Amino acid sequence: MLAYASRRLALLTVTLLAASMLIFLVTSVLPGNVGRIMLGPFAAQDSVDTLNRQLGLDRPVLERYAVWLAAVVQGDWGRSLHFNAPVLPLVIERLGRSLLLAAVTLAILVPSAVAAGIHAARREGGVFDRTVSLLGLSVRALPEFVTGVVLIVVFGIQLGWLPVQALPPEGAGPVEVLRHLLMPALCLVLVLFAYVFRMTRAGVIEALAADWTRTARLKGLPPSVVVLRHVLRNALLPTIAVLGAQIGWLVGGLVVVETLFRYPGIGTLIQFAATAKDLPLLVGCAVAVTAVFALGNLAADLLAASLDPRIRHGSPRG
Amino acid sequence: MSTPVLELDGVTVSYPRPDGFRGAAVRDVSLAVAPGQALGLAGESGCGKSTLAFAALRHLPRGGRLEAGSVRFLGSDLYALSRSELRGLWGRRMAVVYQNPGGALNPTIPVGEQIAEVYRYHLGLDRAAARDAAIGMLERVRMANPGRVADLYPHELSGGMQQRAVIAMALATDPELLVLDEPTTALDTTVQAEILDLFAALRREFRAALLLVGHNLGVLRRVCDTLAVMYAGEIVEQGPTAALLARPRHPYASALLGCVPDAGRGAREGRLASIPGLPPSPGTAGPGCSFVRRCPIARPAFCGAEHPPLYPQGPGRAARCHFAEETPEPGTGAAVAAGGSAPVPAPGAEAPVLHVSGLSFARGPVEILRDIDLRVAAGETLGLVGESGSGKSTLALLVAGLLAPSGGEIRLDGAALAGRSRRRSTLQRRAVQMVFQSPDTALNPRRRVGRILERPARVLAGLGRAAAREKARALLEDVALPEGLIDSFPVQLSGGQRQRIAIARAFVGEPRLVLLDEPTSALDVSVQAAVLNLLRDLQRRSGAAYLFISHDLAVVRYMADRIAVLYQGELVEEGPAERVFAPPHHPYTEALIAAVPRLDGTSAAAGADEGGDAADGEGQARAAGCVFRRRCAAAGPRCAEPPPWRDLGGGHRIRCWVRPGAGDAAGRAS
Amino acid sequence: MAAPAVDLRVGRRARRMPPSLLAGAAMLLAWVAASLLAPWIAPHPPLASDFLALLQPPGPGHPFGTDQIGRDVLSRVLHGGRSVLAVAPAATALGLALGTTIGLAAAYFGGWTDEIAMRLLDAVMALPIVIVAMLALTFLGASTLNVILVIGIVFAPLVARTMRAAALVEVRKDYVRAAELRGEGIAYVMFREVLPNVAGPLAVEATLRLGYAVFTAATLGFLGLGAQPPAPDWGLMVAENQALLTTAPWTVLFPALAIAWVVVGIALVSDGLRVGQGP
Ligand SMILES: Nc1ncnc2c1ncn2[C@@H]1O[C@H](COP(=O)(O)OP(=O)(O)OP(=O)(O)O)[C@@H](O)[C@H]1O
Ligand code: SF4
Ligand code: SF4
Ligand SMILES: [Mg+2]
Repeated sequence: MLAYASRRLALLTVTLLAASMLIFLVTSVLPGNVGRIMLGPFAAQDSVDTLNRQLGLDRPVLERYAVWLAAVVQGDWGRSLHFNAPVLPLVIERLGRSLLLAAVTLAILVPSAVAAGIHAARREGGVFDRTVSLLGLSVRALPEFVTGVVLIVVFGIQLGWLPVQALPPEGAGPVEVLRHLLMPALCLVLVLFAYVFRMTRAGVIEALAADWTRTARLKGLPPSVVVLRHVLRNALLPTIAVLGAQIGWLVGGLVVVETLFRYPGIGTLIQFAATAKDLPLLVGCAVAVTAVFALGNLAADLLAASLDPRIRHGSPRG
Repeated sequence: MSTPVLELDGVTVSYPRPDGFRGAAVRDVSLAVAPGQALGLAGESGCGKSTLAFAALRHLPRGGRLEAGSVRFLGSDLYALSRSELRGLWGRRMAVVYQNPGGALNPTIPVGEQIAEVYRYHLGLDRAAARDAAIGMLERVRMANPGRVADLYPHELSGGMQQRAVIAMALATDPELLVLDEPTTALDTTVQAEILDLFAALRREFRAALLLVGHNLGVLRRVCDTLAVMYAGEIVEQGPTAALLARPRHPYASALLGCVPDAGRGAREGRLASIPGLPPSPGTAGPGCSFVRRCPIARPAFCGAEHPPLYPQGPGRAARCHFAEETPEPGTGAAVAAGGSAPVPAPGAEAPVLHVSGLSFARGPVEILRDIDLRVAAGETLGLVGESGSGKSTLALLVAGLLAPSGGEIRLDGAALAGRSRRRSTLQRRAVQMVFQSPDTALNPRRRVGRILERPARVLAGLGRAAAREKARALLEDVALPEGLIDSFPVQLSGGQRQRIAIARAFVGEPRLVLLDEPTSALDVSVQAAVLNLLRDLQRRSGAAYLFISHDLAVVRYMADRIAVLYQGELVEEGPAERVFAPPHHPYTEALIAAVPRLDGTSAAAGADEGGDAADGEGQARAAGCVFRRRCAAAGPRCAEPPPWRDLGGGHRIRCWVRPGAGDAAGRAS
Repeated sequence: MAAPAVDLRVGRRARRMPPSLLAGAAMLLAWVAASLLAPWIAPHPPLASDFLALLQPPGPGHPFGTDQIGRDVLSRVLHGGRSVLAVAPAATALGLALGTTIGLAAAYFGGWTDEIAMRLLDAVMALPIVIVAMLALTFLGASTLNVILVIGIVFAPLVARTMRAAALVEVRKDYVRAAELRGEGIAYVMFREVLPNVAGPLAVEATLRLGYAVFTAATLGFLGLGAQPPAPDWGLMVAENQALLTTAPWTVLFPALAIAWVVVGIALVSDGLRVGQGP
C-alpha cells in the first residue's frame, strides 16, 4: 500500500505539472495580447506595453513558466488587479466556502445514488431500474442553472420553503446554513446523480454475475453477507474511480450554481475573474481548482487501492 | 446398494431463446449417484452438461427453469425446500468446483479467509478457529506452505494453486456431494494431471459422491466409475466407464470416441473420424431420435419418428438407440469420413522452407524466447508443444513478423526476412500466413465471408475484383463449405465453419509456410477431427510447410512429422514425432507425456516432476543453468551449468546433462 | 417414451423500436423544425421591443410573455434554438473526430504512444471542463466558432478515453493480426477494421456528448462567454433575466425549459440506442 501510495503521489506531481503547464500555455501562447485583454480595447498602447513588461511577458516562454511555477510553489500567486490584493488569501477564503457546498453535495449524492444503484441492479430491468435510469439520464445533461431555476420557482417562490440565496446571514446556526445550501447542492446532485447511479448499477450487476459471487452463494452464505462482503467491495470500485473524476464536473457546476444563488465561493470568483479579465486571479483560481481536483482523484485512487489488492500490487492504473 | 446421494428423475430444464420461445436444454434426464461413487457427464459443447449439473444443485442460471421432473438430495426433494434450508445444504453438504478457478475466487479477499467463511457460517467457528481450519484444509489439498498461501490474494496464485484453493473450499465441511464442472479444462496438462491425482487421493479420504462434468473423455476416464454421455440435452448412453469406452453402444458415443486423436497414432497412419453436421439447438429436436440426421446407421423414416427410450444393454448399461447392437466400433464404420486415407508421403530432406536460427525475444528485462533454432521443410509439419506461457505463440508471431525479434534470424527459402511484416515484400507476406486459436476473434465480425476472403486475394495475390470473387468461391470449396455462405457474417457460422474460413484465408496466396497456433483448441472434438483432416488434405495438395502449435500432445502427435518441445522460452528436445514419443525423453517431455489422460486409462501419475506445483515456476526469475532444474526429478549437480544439445541420431536431439543416461540409447554431446 | 410433454412455447415477442428512442427523436425533430422555421413561425422578430408591453405575463399575443424591454419571449426562445443547433452538433462532431482518432491510435499502438497520450489526456481532464472553456474563451474572445472549437477540443479527451477502452478489446483480437499479416496500412487497420467494431459505443458516446455539448454551450452562454446581448441565446436569456426570477419568472423559466426539452430529447434517444443495442 505504501509503495502504491508513493507511486500514485509521484504520478500526481506529474499530472499537476502537466496541468499547470497547460494553464500557463493557455494564458501565454494563445493568440491575444494579455495586456490588451486585461486593459480592454480603449487603453493606451503604452500602458498596455507597460503592463506586459510588468507581467514579464517580454521574456521567453520557458523562462516565464519557470519563474511563474517557482512563485506559485512558494505561495506567491500574484496580485489581483481588480481587488488590488494578493490572490492566494482571496482564493483560499472562497475555496473554503465552495468546499462546504461541495461537501453537502457529496453527502447527499453518494448515499442516495449508491443505494439506488444497488437497488436497481438487484432488480435489473424492473420498474425502479427503468424509471431511475431514464430520469437520471434526462437530468444528467441539464445545466445546473436550468434545474436551479425550476427549483427556485417551485420551492423558493411558489412554496416558499427554502431561501433563494445560498449565503446564510452572519452568525446563522448549522441548520440554517444547511437550509441555505440545500437547493444549490440539489442542483449539483441532479447533474452528478445519473453517472454515479449508472456506475454503481453496472458494477453491482457485473459483480452479481461474476463466478465468485456464484461461489459465495453456493457456499450457502446468507444473501446479506453475499452482497455486503463479496459483491459491494468489488462493485463499488468503478464508482469510486468515477467519483474522483466527477469532482471536475462538480467544480464546473460550482461556477454556475454560485452565480445563480449568489454564493461567494470560488465559482463566482472564477466567473468574475473571467468577465473582468483579471488574469492573475483567473490563473490562481484555475491552479487551486486543479489542485483540489487532483487531490480528489488521489483520494479516490487510494480508497480503491485499499479495497482492491490488484491495484495495490499492480500499476497505478490497475 | 445404499440410498443415492443424488437422484434425478425425468429432469427437463428450459431457457428462453432469442426468438421468444423457450427451448429445452436438458430433456427428461434420470440418474443417480451413490455415496463414494463418481459419475461422469460427457458430451460436446452445448449439450446441456452444465445445465444439468446446476439443476442438480438447484442453482440454474438466470432464465433457466425446471420444467418437469424432480431432484432428490439424500432422499428429500430439493425443489421443495425453502431458500434458507437450501442455503444450509449449499457449501455444507453439497459443494461445487468449476472451470475457471481464477473467476471462482473473489479477487479482493485473501483465499484463506474465503475458505474460513465456510467454517464460520456453517459450523459457527470464530475467526481464529476458522482460519486454522482453513489452513488445515489447504494442507489436505497438498498446498505447499498453506499458512502463507492463506494470506495471499487469488491473483497471487498460479492457476493450479487457485484450483486447489477452490477445492479446499468445496471440501471444507466434508460434503456428501461434490459437483465438478470442467475443473481442469482451464489448466495446463501437467497441472491437470496433478489436480486429477489430487481427486483420486481425496476420494479415498472423503466419501463425497462426485458428479464430474467434462468434455475430455480421458479426464473422465481417470476419475469416474460411471459415465453418462449426453447429446442434445438427453442422456444417450450410460454405463461403467471402462466398458462404455471400450465398446460404446450408441452411435453418437462411438462416433465421439473415434474423433479423439490418440497419442499413439499419427496422421500418416490414417485419418481421424469426424461427425458430419451439427447437433440440433435446444428445442428444435424433432419427435424422433435427436441424432438421426448425423447417425451412420439411422433408418431415417423410423428413427426420425420414434423417440428411442434408454434400452438396457447388460449390467448397468443403457443406450438410447433402437439399433444399439449395430453400433459401429469407434473409428470404423460410416462415421469415418470417406475417401483420401492414403498415407501422406514423408517429406524429403530438401532445403528448409523456414530456417530460424538463434532467435530471441525479450520484453523489457524478461527474456521470453532464447536462442531458438528450427527448420521446417516443404510439405512437413513441425509440432511445437509446451505449457501455457512457454512462448509458443510468441514464436509464431515472430515468424509472422507481427513481433520484432530482439536477436537471431528468420530465413524463408534461404532469404532473410525483415523483423516486421510491414517491411517484408508482398511476396514474402503471402508466403507466410497464420491461422489463429480462436475463430471467434480471428474474423472481423462486421465483414461478410466473401469480403474476408476477397480482401487478401486482392492485397496479397493482386487479383482484380471479379477474380478475387472467383478465388473466394474456389477457397470455400477447398475448405468444404457451401458456396451459399459467401454472404454470411461470421456470427451466423458455427465455430468449425469459422475456423474453416480462417484456414481458407491463410491459403489465399498459396503460402509456403502456414503457422497454426492452436487452431483446434477452441473446437469440440468432433469438429476438431474434421478440421485436422482438412489441414492434412490442404497440405498434401499445396505442399505448404506447417508450424503446428498445440498444448494437446495427442493432437500434435497426430499432425506432426517432427516435434519440438519448448520450456520457458527454450527448446529442450526436438526430433521425429515417433522418436520424441518413445524413450529416452528429456525429463520435461517425459512429464508432459505422462500427464496426458488416456482413453485406455493407462496414464502414469505426474511423478516425473516432483518439484511441487507445476505452475510454481511461472513468473519467477529464470534459474541459472538448466531451465527445467526447479521442477526436474532427475536434476543433478551438473545441472547448475546450462546443458548442451546432445544428438541421438536420426535428427533427434535432447538438451540435458542426465538424459539419455548410460542405460539409454547412446548420446553424444554435439 | 416420447419427448417430454411440456409445452415450452410462449407468445412470440415482436421486436420493436424502443419507445424512448421514438419519443426522443420526436422531441428533437420538433426542436430542429422549430429552429429552422423560426423566422417564419415566430410571432415577432426576436430583437423587436414593444415598449407598450414590458414584462407582460404569458397571455394572448405573447404566449410566453415579454421581457424587461418588451421583447416576445416565445420568439426569442424559438430563435434561441438556432444557436444551439449550430453549436452543439458541430462541436460534438469535432470532439468525436479528434477523440476517436486519438483513442484508436492509443489503443492500436499501445506502449509509449498510449502512455504519452493518456498522460496528456489526464492533464487536460485534470482541468474542469467549464473552467478550461472559460479560460480559453476569455483569451480567444467569445464567438460561435470559438465556442465550437473550445467545446470540441475539451471533449476530445473524454471521447478518446471511451474509444480507447472500447478499441483496446478489439485491437487484441486476431482479425487485426490477420490484417497486419497481409500488410494493410495503419489507417486501414484503425478505421476500416477496428472502427466498425466500436460503432456501438461510438453511437452512444455521440449522443452522450451531444447532450453535454448543449449543456456546455448553454452554460457558457449563461456565464456570458457565448453569445453576446442582445442575441436570443437560451443561456444568456436566463442570465440576463435572473434578477427577475421572483417577479417575472416566465422570462427565465421558458428558456430554461427549452434547454431541458432538447437535453431530455437527446437523453431519450441515447437510452433508446443503448436498449436497442442489447446488453
Ligand atoms: N442462461 C442461458 N440462457 C439461455 N440459454 C442458455 C443459457 N445457458 C445455456 N443455454 C443454452 O442451453 C444449452 C445447454 O447449455 P449448457 O451450458 O448446459 O451446455 P454444456 O454442455 O455445459 O456446454 P459447454 O461444454 O459449452 O459448457 C446450450 O444450447 C446453451 O446455448
Ligand atoms: S435411434 Fe436411429 S438415428 Fe438414433 S442413434 Fe439409433 S440408429 Fe441412429
Ligand atoms: S539438465 Fe538436469 S535439470 Fe535439466 S532437464 Fe536434464 S537432468 Fe533435469
Ligand atoms: Mg458447460
